[in-house]
Amino acid sequence: MKTTYLLLIVIVTNAAGNVTLGYGMQQFGSIASYSPLDMIRGGIAAMANPWVIAGVVLLLVFFIAHGLALSRADLSYVLLVTSVGYVLVAVLGWSILGESISTWRWIGTVLITVGVSLVGSTPPSTINRQLGNGVS
Amino acid sequence: MNFFLLLLTISGTVVGDLLKTACMRQIGPIDDFHPGALIQNARQVVRMTAIWFCLLAYTVSFFSFMALISISDVSFAVPATAAGYVAEILLAKTFLSETISQRRWAGAVLVTCGVMLISY
Repeated sequence: MKTTYLLLIVIVTNAAGNVTLGYGMQQFGSIASYSPLDMIRGGIAAMANPWVIAGVVLLLVFFIAHGLALSRADLSYVLLVTSVGYVLVAVLGWSILGESISTWRWIGTVLITVGVSLVGSTPPSTINRQLGNGVS
Repeated sequence: MNFFLLLLTISGTVVGDLLKTACMRQIGPIDDFHPGALIQNARQVVRMTAIWFCLLAYTVSFFSFMALISISDVSFAVPATAAGYVAEILLAKTFLSETISQRRWAGAVLVTCGVMLISY
């Protein structure tokens, strides 16, 4: 059950973080050069935008919850089950922001849902996990 | 440029995920989510060399992703990164000894197709 809650946090913070960061970056404008230094400079300069900061905070929470989930479940399980976040973003965009969703997009949403259901029916962990200090 | 940034984003995420999983496995399944216990776990993790390479890989991925979404739509950038799913699962099977059952593979194929269709 704890793994399920962690995965829910991973899904919500990842989806919200990506959308918020994307919104902030579009306000910030394009990063013209793709040399590593310019990309880092551009990324740091973008931190002045509150939407970018909110996105980074959400992705930080995602990073921690993702790590906790990976301590309990397979990478292949976590990766696939959390892809339901794409469905969440599409449905939120459609229901709240009034975005139009093409037929292909709906088909993609159904495929992800069926795929995640299939993966979700497999055991979260397929390896023999040694109990570490993290277990109370 | 889009393709180069996408490649950097995907590679950084895949390498970061593999290293992060390897580190978290050394800690063992975390069951105590109280702040004190979590800080103790964090202290263990930061002592591992691999976690710093993981952070480096994620940093490359993060800045590449930021540059990518500054020149293209999120609705393209996010689903396009799904191209790394199959590679990541194959690497998890090879390097992390995960058992990928037929059911999980079927789910992986459906999810990958679905995520790509979402951006269509």
